[in-house]
Amino acid sequence: MNYELMIETFPKLLVGLNITIQLVSISLFVGFCFAIGLALLRLSNNLFLNFFAKTYIFYFRGTPLLVQIFLIYYGIAQFEFIRESFVWSFFKEAYWCAILALTLNTCAYSSEIIRGGIQSVSFGQIESAKSTGMSGFLLYRRIILPIAFRQALPAYGNEIILMVKATSLVSTITIMDVTGIARLIIAKTFSPVEIFIVAGLIYLTINFIVTRLVNYSEIKLTPYLRHAE
Amino acid sequence: MDFELLVLGDEGWGDEMLRATLVTLMVSLTAMGIGLFISIFGTLSKLSNKFYVRLIADVYTTIVRGIPELLVIYLLFFGGSNAVMSVAKLFGYHGYIELNAFVIGAIAIGAISGAYSTEVIRGAFLAVPRGQIDAAKSVGMNKFVIFTRILIPQVLRYALPGLGNVWQLTLKDTALIMVTGLVEIMRQAHVASGSTYAPFTFYITAALLYLILTTASNTIFNSAENWANKGVRRA
Repeated sequence: MNYELMIETFPKLLVGLNITIQLVSISLFVGFCFAIGLALLRLSNNLFLNFFAKTYIFYFRGTPLLVQIFLIYYGIAQFEFIRESFVWSFFKEAYWCAILALTLNTCAYSSEIIRGGIQSVSFGQIESAKSTGMSGFLLYRRIILPIAFRQALPAYGNEIILMVKATSLVSTITIMDVTGIARLIIAKTFSPVEIFIVAGLIYLTINFIVTRLVNYSEIKLTPYLRHAE
Repeated sequence: MDFELLVLGDEGWGDEMLRATLVTLMVSLTAMGIGLFISIFGTLSKLSNKFYVRLIADVYTTIVRGIPELLVIYLLFFGGSNAVMSVAKLFGYHGYIELNAFVIGAIAIGAISGAYSTEVIRGAFLAVPRGQIDAAKSVGMNKFVIFTRILIPQVLRYALPGLGNVWQLTLKDTALIMVTGLVEIMRQAHVASGSTYAPFTFYITAALLYLILTTASNTIFNSAENWANKGVRRA
């Protein structure tokens, strides 16, 4: 084991951490906002909207993320009318393609998690909210969504971890995130084990922090479940 | 879009894509098999009463589930041959050994799938009520009979939905081993789009092939669950 190389590699990989964290946070944030809408579409009684949501979720959960990334980054370029239009300045950048693919992907998974949360809200709670005169947006904002988020939190924590791992795929479309830099150094030094350990430790640390934060907010959000001291 | 690119035979890439689908399926099945094999030992170690045995299993599942799949593949792809060669050196063989991309891919995905399967099967084991094992002992069943008649049928029932998820993950993870050069669906689509300048056509075909595989396996797992649950009364 070459410890010097490991210590040397560490700061180099940390440069990529910046990109990794950007990709995770942007795509999770945007994906989550759209996921709420998608979950509502999935639960709506309108057949067309429901079908749209189902198809979207079916596609993004049934295909590998790598295909989705390649389809956006390489695939879009096949169409000349896109290459000549103004959106091309968006699609020619690997960074934005990666963010788009990750966002669309996490949106599908998160919306199923949120749907599970919304469906777990007991009928009695909705009924009593209605009896006090709440309806529509107010009912969702005050009663359904807060309870749903609390229910969905553990599953959403898993989704965050999956996303942290998923960002490593963007290294295949030339983005230099932690994995991208690690691959570059492996190819140069040909010591895969050392680089693997350092890069792996970085991802493990992120995921460790994420699980702690999720656990902490879970405890904070369920004060009524705590036993009396 | 030009669908003539996808015809079978020499003019199109249709037959190549179908053959690649077969390779994807083979790698997934092999990896799932390796994963299930690992998960037997993983479960036994996690349920063992020796601290170090439990620790090793915990470290394995935590690490593999906490780092990106791509890194695991890179480790085995770049490091696998070296490791095999240094083992071969101990036995007095000094030649160059290059591992087959299929083998590396299956082992890498298998190791990942094994970590997830371990957690699923461990959960299923713990879901069997202890009272049933006591009851089985009280009617005079020995350990082997308890295992085959009481534990296995129920563990299978509890584990099937989880294993179905692991299978879907495994199937989708095989897309990543395109980086090793193995010609599965993704690699074939990549090669074909490189030589025809029609990336969208081939990647959307790849996506559809994966959708067919995931949907078909979903149906199979659903009927397997029905079969395993046929003794359970439903309200």
